[in-house]
Amino acid sequence: MNGPHDMGGMQCYGPVVPEPDEPIFYHDWERKALALTVAMGATGCWNIDISRHARESLEPAQYLSSSYYQIWTAALEELLVGYELVNIGELETGKVEAKGQSVNNVPDGEHMATALRQRHPYERPAKSAPLFEVGDTVTTLNLNPRGHTRLPRYARGKTGTVERVAGCHVFPDSNAHDKGEDARWLYTIGFEASDLFGGKADHIVHVDCWEPYLERG
Amino acid sequence: MAKDNDHHPDHSHLDEMDIRLRTLESLLVEKGYVNPDALDAIVETYEKKIGPQNGAAVVARAWSDQAYLERLRNDATSAIAELGFSGRQGEHMRIVENTDEVHNLVVCTLCSCYPWPVLGLPPVWYKSAPYRSRAVSEPRAVLSEFGVDLPEATKIRVWDSTAELRYLVVPKRPKGAEDWSEERLASLVTRDSMIGTGLAAQPNDQTP
Repeated sequence: MNGPHDMGGMQCYGPVVPEPDEPIFYHDWERKALALTVAMGATGCWNIDISRHARESLEPAQYLSSSYYQIWTAALEELLVGYELVNIGELETGKVEAKGQSVNNVPDGEHMATALRQRHPYERPAKSAPLFEVGDTVTTLNLNPRGHTRLPRYARGKTGTVERVAGCHVFPDSNAHDKGEDARWLYTIGFEASDLFGGKADHIVHVDCWEPYLERG
Repeated sequence: MAKDNDHHPDHSHLDEMDIRLRTLESLLVEKGYVNPDALDAIVETYEKKIGPQNGAAVVARAWSDQAYLERLRNDATSAIAELGFSGRQGEHMRIVENTDEVHNLVVCTLCSCYPWPVLGLPPVWYKSAPYRSRAVSEPRAVLSEFGVDLPEATKIRVWDSTAELRYLVVPKRPKGAEDWSEERLASLVTRDSMIGTGLAAQPNDQTP
């Protein structure tokens, strides 16, 4: 989806403002936003690609005027209502109106602490050999799907070089829409910045691209 | 996007978030979807236990032990796990090494992907629109906003974290710390040097 989240190459946001020794959380509610988002992720009601898509599907003005934990909170509320785990009345009043649905997994403190330190890999067994190898010249497709994609706008229809074959990974464009993991080969592609942004830029930009984003040449 | 640390003259906005999150928490606990102890465990993990000190230990080992560096190059996820660091948002780790010729910079233009097991949670600027928009198109200008000015000849390589691969920059080892222990070397490895928006600290910046 060509949404406000896809920021690479935009010029309108001003300078970066680093803040030395910034706190991990500025407000206590940010702790809750993190914890509730991670904990609801652990229930297995949705996957990480669905939650990313919920965040990028917020109203553009809301997305751009929100802090990141505000974005997480708003997206979590959307998901809870969308999956009928909570209704809008409950969100407004805080009073439970309907008994909770049963969910797959509600870890206690100990299990959660352990789970956070465990890997949940996204690599899957491949059903076929990769189409491309290191050194191949490839061009990204000019894809503009209405749904979720991880091919940024600045890197569409651009030619680069395969620098790494990174394994066969869960494909977000499918997984974000509950259409299955549909694992595809993933490649790290190096692009000349001048090919992406014009001008005299002489750096290299690497983008991790799934095979369906790419064609040879 | 607005910054998390905006100081609004009107605090009602913050109060509103506070109320909204309290409401959400009590609903989700009461409905049985989340366990309050698990919420505490999440906050404690990322506020107290996991942070840039983990990545600094990895870098200091890489500087000190050539065989470890080779293992990082071949399979960073396993090599990092040797030091006890693994988990969410670090499933598929990769290191990128700074040299005299190359400087690496990591970003996530589409959201806020960041290697949690080695760096903890990302700083506000990493998630902000200015960084996400310009790190890919004008990295030298972004670096100068962090006070980093690289020689013209240094090639910059930017890594946009569009998949579940997570990048850790191994900064250049500073001169003047040749005989330092691994533990002492780790004190030179700043968080920003492992994102690429900074360099490792110089030994003479530190009191002995």
